[in-house]
Amino acid sequence: MLIPCPYCGPRDVSEFTYQGDAGRVRPDPASTDQAAWNAYVYDRTNPAGDHHEYWQHSGGCRSHLKVTRNTLSHRILDVAFARPSTAHASSRRQGPRP
Amino acid sequence: MSPRRGNGGRIDRTRTIRFTFDGRPMTGHAGDTLASALLAGGVSLFGRSFKYHRPRGLLSAGVEEPNALVTVLRGEVREPNIPATTTEIHDGFTAVSQNRFPSLDFDVGAVNGLAGPLISAGFYYKTFMGPVLGPLKGTRFWMICERFIRRAAGLGRAGLAPDTARYERMNAFCDVLVVGSGPAGLMAASTAADSGARVILAELEPRLGGSANWSAETIDGTPASEWSAEAVRDLAGRDNVRLLPRTTVWGYYDDNTIAALERVADHKPAPAKGEPRHRHWTIRSQKVVLATGAFERPLVFPGNDRPGVMLASAAERYAREFGVVTGDKAVLFVNNDGAYAAAAGLREAGGTIAAIVDMRAEISAEARAIAAAAGCEHLTGHAVVGTEGGKALSGVKVQRFDAATRRLSGEPRHLDADCLLVSGGWSPAIHLASQAGTAPRWDDGLQAFLPPAPTQAWLGAGAFNGRFSTAQALAEGISAGLTAAAGKGRPAVAPAVGNAAPFSEPAPVFEVPAKGKAFVDFQHDVTAEDVRLAHREGFVSVEHLKRYTTLGMATDQGKTSNVPGLAIMAETLGKPIPEVGTTRFRPPFAPVSIGALAAERFGDIKPERLTPMHDWHADNGATLYAAGLWLRPQIYGLSGETVDQAYVREARIVREAAGIVDVSTLGKIAVQGPDAAEFLDRVYTNMFSTLPVNKARYGLMLREDGFVMDDGTTWRLGEHDFLMTTTTANAGKVMQHLEYFLDVVWPDLRVHVTSVTDQWAGAAIGGPKAREILAACVTGTAVDNAAMPFMGIVKGDIAGAPVTICRLSFSGEMAFEVYCGAGHGTHVWEALIEAGKPYGLVPYGLEALGTLRIEKGHVTGAEIDGRTTAHDLHLDWMLSKKKPFIGSAMLGREGLVSDERLSLVGLIARDNRPLNGGAHVVDYPDEERPRYSLGHLTAACYSPALGKHIALALIRGGKARHGTRAYISDPLRKRFGEVEIVSHHFFDPEGTRLHG
Repeated sequence: MLIPCPYCGPRDVSEFTYQGDAGRVRPDPASTDQAAWNAYVYDRTNPAGDHHEYWQHSGGCRSHLKVTRNTLSHRILDVAFARPSTAHASSRRQGPRP
Repeated sequence: MSPRRGNGGRIDRTRTIRFTFDGRPMTGHAGDTLASALLAGGVSLFGRSFKYHRPRGLLSAGVEEPNALVTVLRGEVREPNIPATTTEIHDGFTAVSQNRFPSLDFDVGAVNGLAGPLISAGFYYKTFMGPVLGPLKGTRFWMICERFIRRAAGLGRAGLAPDTARYERMNAFCDVLVVGSGPAGLMAASTAADSGARVILAELEPRLGGSANWSAETIDGTPASEWSAEAVRDLAGRDNVRLLPRTTVWGYYDDNTIAALERVADHKPAPAKGEPRHRHWTIRSQKVVLATGAFERPLVFPGNDRPGVMLASAAERYAREFGVVTGDKAVLFVNNDGAYAAAAGLREAGGTIAAIVDMRAEISAEARAIAAAAGCEHLTGHAVVGTEGGKALSGVKVQRFDAATRRLSGEPRHLDADCLLVSGGWSPAIHLASQAGTAPRWDDGLQAFLPPAPTQAWLGAGAFNGRFSTAQALAEGISAGLTAAAGKGRPAVAPAVGNAAPFSEPAPVFEVPAKGKAFVDFQHDVTAEDVRLAHREGFVSVEHLKRYTTLGMATDQGKTSNVPGLAIMAETLGKPIPEVGTTRFRPPFAPVSIGALAAERFGDIKPERLTPMHDWHADNGATLYAAGLWLRPQIYGLSGETVDQAYVREARIVREAAGIVDVSTLGKIAVQGPDAAEFLDRVYTNMFSTLPVNKARYGLMLREDGFVMDDGTTWRLGEHDFLMTTTTANAGKVMQHLEYFLDVVWPDLRVHVTSVTDQWAGAAIGGPKAREILAACVTGTAVDNAAMPFMGIVKGDIAGAPVTICRLSFSGEMAFEVYCGAGHGTHVWEALIEAGKPYGLVPYGLEALGTLRIEKGHVTGAEIDGRTTAHDLHLDWMLSKKKPFIGSAMLGREGLVSDERLSLVGLIARDNRPLNGGAHVVDYPDEERPRYSLGHLTAACYSPALGKHIALALIRGGKARHGTRAYISDPLRKRFGEVEIVSHHFFDPEGTRLHG
């Protein structure tokens, strides 16, 4: 699997570290809503299809990337820096491949 | 008459090769495979079958071979289950047959054949269930039987000698990878290369050219094999083409990543200088052209596994490519026209055809002409219903057969035969496409699965696509090559094909309905009856059928058996084949040597991390110890000292005078920026925004789920500038944790984190004399209590090198951590050692470090094991109530605050014997039957300060058990004894010593 890092270009998946589901919402830090925290820490949807997830380019620029990956085909549909303010921020949308 | 006749194109008759098979000296020619050389030497029996030990001969001439598996010997090294058909001989080559005892000709295991009806599908599951009760119940009985079954059933035996061969890995990138070098592959490669693409052409056979090598056709006016040789020469001369013969492409992975195995030196007596035996290729290609051809299928009829029964195309190959004639009384049994080419090939090489048995009533004029030319009996509308002979074929039985109704009629008739050439149609080799595609498509005309719709960037060409004529292969090769190279070149005109081989769609018959053992999967001894039995026993899914009967699960992965097996299954179910479906092919396409996968990555492949002072430690008597990737001093032993004596001495001197330890391995992270303090408040459980500049604070970090993640001190070097230290083991994890929160959760915080572990060398100097030693060598700053209160930070110089010193203590003594640039590490360390000499300073290692911290009850990774909370470790006092922090919302959960949790205590051995980490704590004094574990020991040592063997432990109830007694149980190390449970603060609980 190749992940097109917006900073480093397409790199092998072995350079990246999976950093979890990008769909979860972190409750307000001061919140004491146990159900919300529980959902944030433990509940995952595990879809068969498109999945938003974080990958850190730990063997490269160390940026966290928000990646949309199809869990059935491993096709990467979208990659963007997780941190919106990153100077080099850009989103590389990939068209469908043959 | 010798089977070696004719003018086989591939072998060099001027060169004789001497080799050994089953201890017998044999000869062959350069270019021979083991199969062709043995066949030429009159060998018909190649092995014994897996389950019934039936004699087996050659079925094929290629990678699909299920029967003729041998063990190749190289010195002491045995390599089992190698197909004789893909193995090239060389001088000194040695192989032995498999799965026979005492010899191939006389095998006692053949008695299994008599027990045939007992050893059917699911035999193991049914037979070895064992009694329901008693000492042999259930799987225990199976475990006893298994030993004997494994010996009787199975394939070759692996050796015990270490493999001395060298293997290597290679990465390659190209625009177009062409897999297969038949007419389609050659055309695709040259067309793509003409367009300027970087091309790799991989071929699993030693000789490129595929079917052109054994075809009677002409291409472009010259014999096909000459045309292909010229095409290969042309490709070899191009700078943008790499040819990889003897290279099996075995895996198709994401993003067009291809795995291939190149057998570099197996065909030579020894690898050339610098050559590996095998080379593993990882190829990334923009486009892949799959021109992998097709496999001929055998037919299923009683006795179809007898030596002498061979695929028609294989016989043609042996005749035309190796000049080996498989029979002088050959009978063909076919359901299609293509196999008639074998009759022609065999005759041209000097063989004789006795009869052609065709199950079809109507056949083409072309096929009729070939039969007439052969001058043999031509039985249309007939089928072979049995074979005769033992270790070689002597005759076949034929009977009238209606392919439409699949009914036999009339009486069986005997035909003399010394070989039976069968053809049940062709199955495209769609294995790689199946790995990189959707489900394959069934073609009713061809009675075969065609390649699926691609999910990756590949194109197919030729027989792979079900286009079986050479003209189609050439045309598709051109078009695939052009498309793969993005169509930059001009389309070439396909060369003309002359004397085209006959071809027709096969009759849709896979099995002849006659009584007797008819094999579907030769390698795993699965019969047609086994498939039906599985159905009767309720297996309706093709995936279950496969696992229950083990059809297609042998080392050949069912290359010749999958489709016939499926057809029989479909008929049994009364469904059309596409509705029954097929199993998906998985990598590897053919067996891969583990050595090539590992290549140079064996033994200890971890890098070693060395501290800046490493050489000093090594030169000064340190015993080095691997702690994660780091090599750290364990002890600095004096001559004659044991490890125990050394650490006890070192720890004692730290408390009596002073000691120095290398702490450069601690994780160090620069946390900088206007929001750095705010960030640390969120990351740590305690406050850092209130920390004054030039002070340090001990901090505790939790995970989001409320469990403890790491601890360490963080130093405030400036308003916006912190230096965080982490435990050695968690440095990487903490860094990633911080980066995640800054990138993902709090992108608004203006904070930079930078790993500076390798930039700083650190030495911790502690003990009653530590301050005096520092005073003797530090310049530029005072180090007295006013300048350096507890947790105070100063900057100064030691021996001219700038240092940052923080007064903090892990040992419980008055202690300082001295940091300097990594390049100054040894210089500063030596200056400290020198300054300490008059005060009795000693360097100490990890063992003494551990001892000092256990005496103080400080926690490390042994206690912060991912399952403990701050509460468990009595660090609740560090949990700020004034602010939220990572983990704060989750740490109050019911299960995390229960009194039943394991929590930290100290243990003292009552019997004054050593305690072991990992031992359990029990409250019942029964050494033989220890039970009711209260918890476990996390760390243990002899405490010189207490004069006792002590340990830290996590036990249920924790503090409530202080002052009580229990037992430690460690049956593996035969240690049982009484302990006293005490506070984890063994030594100086008030902390008077560290304040001086």
